[in-house]
Formats: sequence, C-alpha cells, structure tokens
Amino acid sequence: MTMTASQKLTQIRSELRTEEAEIVHDKMIINMGPSHPATHGTVKFVLTLDGETVDDVDITIGYLHRGFEKMAEAGTWQQVLPYTDRLNYVSPLINNVGYVGAVEKLWGVEITPRAKYIRMLISELSRMTDHLTSIAAGALELGGFTPFLYGVEAREALYPLVEELTGARLTTSYTRIGGLAKDLPDGYEQHMETALAHVEQLVVKVDKMLTKNRIFYDRMMHTGVLSQEDAISSGCTGVMLRCTGVDWDLRKHQPYLAYNELDFDVIVGSRGDNYDRYLCRLEELGQSIKMIRQIFKQMPGGPINVGDWRVCLPPKDAVYNSIEGMIAHFKLITEGHQVPPGEAYFAVEGGNGEVGFHIVSQGNGRPYRVKVRPPCFYAMGILKKLIVGHMLADIVPTFDTLNMIGGEVDR
Amino acid sequence: MSQPLIDLLRTVKPKAILGSHALAGDQTVLVAREQLLDVMTFLRDDSRTRMDVLIDVTAVDYSEYDPALRHAVTPLDAGSPADLPRFEVVYHLLSMQHRQRIRVKVALAEDDFHVPTLCGLWISANWGEREAYDMFGVKFDGHPDLRRVLMYEEFVGYPLRKDFPQRGYQPLVPMPNLVDYADNETYR
Repeated sequence: MTMTASQKLTQIRSELRTEEAEIVHDKMIINMGPSHPATHGTVKFVLTLDGETVDDVDITIGYLHRGFEKMAEAGTWQQVLPYTDRLNYVSPLINNVGYVGAVEKLWGVEITPRAKYIRMLISELSRMTDHLTSIAAGALELGGFTPFLYGVEAREALYPLVEELTGARLTTSYTRIGGLAKDLPDGYEQHMETALAHVEQLVVKVDKMLTKNRIFYDRMMHTGVLSQEDAISSGCTGVMLRCTGVDWDLRKHQPYLAYNELDFDVIVGSRGDNYDRYLCRLEELGQSIKMIRQIFKQMPGGPINVGDWRVCLPPKDAVYNSIEGMIAHFKLITEGHQVPPGEAYFAVEGGNGEVGFHIVSQGNGRPYRVKVRPPCFYAMGILKKLIVGHMLADIVPTFDTLNMIGGEVDR
Repeated sequence: MSQPLIDLLRTVKPKAILGSHALAGDQTVLVAREQLLDVMTFLRDDSRTRMDVLIDVTAVDYSEYDPALRHAVTPLDAGSPADLPRFEVVYHLLSMQHRQRIRVKVALAEDDFHVPTLCGLWISANWGEREAYDMFGVKFDGHPDLRRVLMYEEFVGYPLRKDFPQRGYQPLVPMPNLVDYADNETYR
C-alpha cells in the first residue's frame, strides 16, 4: 500500500505518541577516560548511566604499567632505587625511604641517628608536596584555578629544597642502603625556614579560598562517603582511612625511623566524605611543617652512613688511597649488596597511605622478588562503591580526594 | 625473637600450620591450602588476633631459587624444603587493634595452582587477588570477578613468573570496538 507524504507523517506522529505514553529510556554507556581532563592520572571508567546517576562502573587501571617488579629482579639491590622514584612521583623520597628500609630490615642494619632524622625530614617534605598536589589539583578540577596556582606555588617553594638536597626535583634517588647519598648542604635549615614560612602563608590563602567556598563545599560535602567498615575491610590506609575516623597512622602507631621522638597529632575525620579528606590533608600539611621544625631542632650530629663497608660505599678518600676501600667499592658496585637469604616486609606512611615493600632475597646481590604494596591500588578497589548510585559529576571530586597516582597504582 | 601469633596459631590450629618462622621481626606461617579459609577467618575474628586489614596479596615464583636456601624463606616442620612446590601465595595481615602483623603463605604446585578466595572476608582481597592472578596466573576459587587488572585481557602469559622473559613482544590485538561494549551483556 502506498501512502502519501501527509499520511506517513500522521502515522509517525501517532507512533511517537504511543512511545511517549510509556517513556522508554535506555541506560547509556559512556567511556570516561583513559585520558580525561578532569581526572589526573590515566584511568578508564566505563560508566552505565541512568540519566545522570551512575548505575554501574567498570574501572580499568594499568595504563602506566611499566613492570617495576620485573625490572627490579634484573639489577642489584641498589639499582632498584631509581625505579622507586617513579612509583609515587609526587612524593618520591618516601618511596626511597621505604625501599631501603625494607632491605635494611632484612639485613638487620641499624642506620645512624642522623640518617634517621634526615630520612624523616625528607619524608615530611615529600608528604607536603604530595598533599599540596592533591589539594591544588582537586580545586582545579572543580573549577578553582586560583587555588590551584597558590597550591602549586607552595609546592614550587618546596621542590627547590628537594633539588638542593638531591640534585633533582622528582627523580631523587636520595637514600642508600645503610644511609644517604649526601649530607644536608650548608644553610639548608635557613632555606627550609624561608620556604616553610612562604608555604604557611600560601596554605592559609588556599584555606581561605576553598574551605568556606560555597561551590567547593557543596561539591565536597557528603559526596564520596566511605564507611569505616568498608575503609578497613578494603585495605584503605592513610587519609582514606583516617577520614572515616579511624585513628591509625604508621608514624604514630607502628613508629619507624625516629618518629616516636617527635610530637605530632594524627588527624582524623568523622564523615568519611570528600570534604573530610580535603580537611585531613590540609591539617596534615600543618603537622608536617611542625615536624620539620622539630626535626631541625633535634637533629643529631655524626655520620650519615653506617661504617660497615659491606653495607655502605666507603668514602672516596678510602677508595682512591687504600686497597681495602677500593675492593669494598668494587665489590658493592659489581656484585651488589650481599643481603642474606630471607624475606621481609617493611611499610612506611606515604602520602596516600601505607607504602609497603615485600622483598625476597637469595643472598646473591640481586633481589629475587620485590613487591610494592601501593596504597592507591586498594583505594581504587573500593572506588566503585563510592561512585555507584551517585551523580556523574561527583566522580571528579571523589577521584581527586582519593588521589590516585598512576605510577604507584600501575607500577 | 618474640612470636606470640605463631605460638597462638600452633596451639589453636596445630594441623593447619605446616611451618613457621620469625625472621627480621616478621612472623610467618605456612598454611595448608585446605585450612586457609579456616585460619584466615580465625585470624580476622578472634579477639586475640583481630587481623582487620588484609594489607596485600601476592605470590612468589621460587623456580629459580636455590633449593639449598629455601628454608630461609619457607619454613617447613616436616619434610625437605627442597621438595616444596614452585609457587607461594603470600598474604600480609595487619591488626590495628593489637598493632601486629603476620604473613600467611600457601605453597602451590604449578599444575595445581589454585587457592580459595578471601573475598568473603576482606574487600581488599578482590583487587589483590586479581593482581596475583594477573601476574602469576594463580586461580582463586570462588572469586567473583577474576580478570586481569594491570595488564589487558589479551595479554599472553603471566609476566612475573621467572620463565617469562625480560624482553620480548606480544601479539597485536585489534582495536576494541565501542559497539561491542554496547552489545556486551556485562556492561548492560
């Protein structure tokens, strides 16, 4: 049967009307990422959306996988260290401290008091750069460009200190098994104090711009709520755990280095939402500044490396002028550290939580296995629960305060 | 070396513990696979242990490890450590209440490479076990979503096994088609 154009139109209209009567709407599947402008870090969310509500999500990580653990098996113990810079690249010094700590634990090496204090100093310095990055980038992704600039300016006040100490801003490789690469440079305390005073001012400004900002508050408050049971069961550590009200900080409760000699508070939240995580980070910045000042006040003198040449490289004077020093140097560089056979797990409080290293040694100068326990990995495992059932736009602040670092999650 | 957790486990679950050591301050127990769930449930729920966090799940491939030194990493009460199977699945547990840690290991042969999943006990077991499966190929029985997590689905082999080469090439995989996603029931 042939229809005229007007008959056809009438038929289509009537069909449309019946469809309107029973509103059919399909769920929409949307790819968010792997490279999305509102998420720092490469991660893919395959979202099933019901209107603007997230119905289901499949989270894919691994875009930055470089095979850290496989590479670690190829070199000597000390050669693993530069790779650890690339794990959490906004706080590389904490990874350095964690890795050598694991080797020293297995070997039973007791480092000098001064090395302990300098390691605490660099850990707190790195924690500040980590938290500043998280706060600043989080503000940026919610549309606050000015607080981002202030946060990054504060971070840029600290990076020159890292550079002065280690020679690099990000790829630090500063620690050594049994000690450190070099001692603090002259006038370091003065430079640090100038930078800290600057950072303190900037943090106050960021605080003023964000904490009571209506838009920021509405986006952060009561979004991405994590319950205490879920946080514990999902292996969340660091700020992700403390924001739910759990009083757990490795620096306080399983102190390593000389953290038991410092006076500081563990910052906990109460609601477990994005706003709490933001506030925890902001407060921890103040705690880190306080700790750095204490560390300088209590800094002991003496050597930074243990005197045992089987553990630490001998001083250059001994290498060039004595046969023993020369041999010790040669053996450490070519054969590697003779860590006894066995295994150990050592954890430090990183910027995002517990950074752990599980190492297995065969006693031949090379790591048999190095496993990193990245804090973000397990936080990413619970992210689905924080997203599903909430609005699409809430993914951005939730993912921000979770502070996933691609280098660490994907290794 | 103090080892309160090992002593406790040996008293309460004597049949499940195949060996133990306290090396470098870490307490380690080797558990039979059949008793793994039982031991883990005990460790999590008993008031004396209260291991509320499963910190990490991983595995180790001991195929290139010197058998003469194996006793240093794998404690075994009876029998020779040289006869131990190739793989070990390693769990790290933490008790925030008692501020204690313990490492639980299960030794597994390559042709019988599976353990029961711990997803029913800890949420973190989900992704932790996915990673161990991804890197070593260990099957976790009863895992709700045992897919690769760091590598892509089409990846061939298990990269952290010792016989997986340091360098090499993987076959090219076709570009995923978004229409396939839309038609796929799992994404509906």
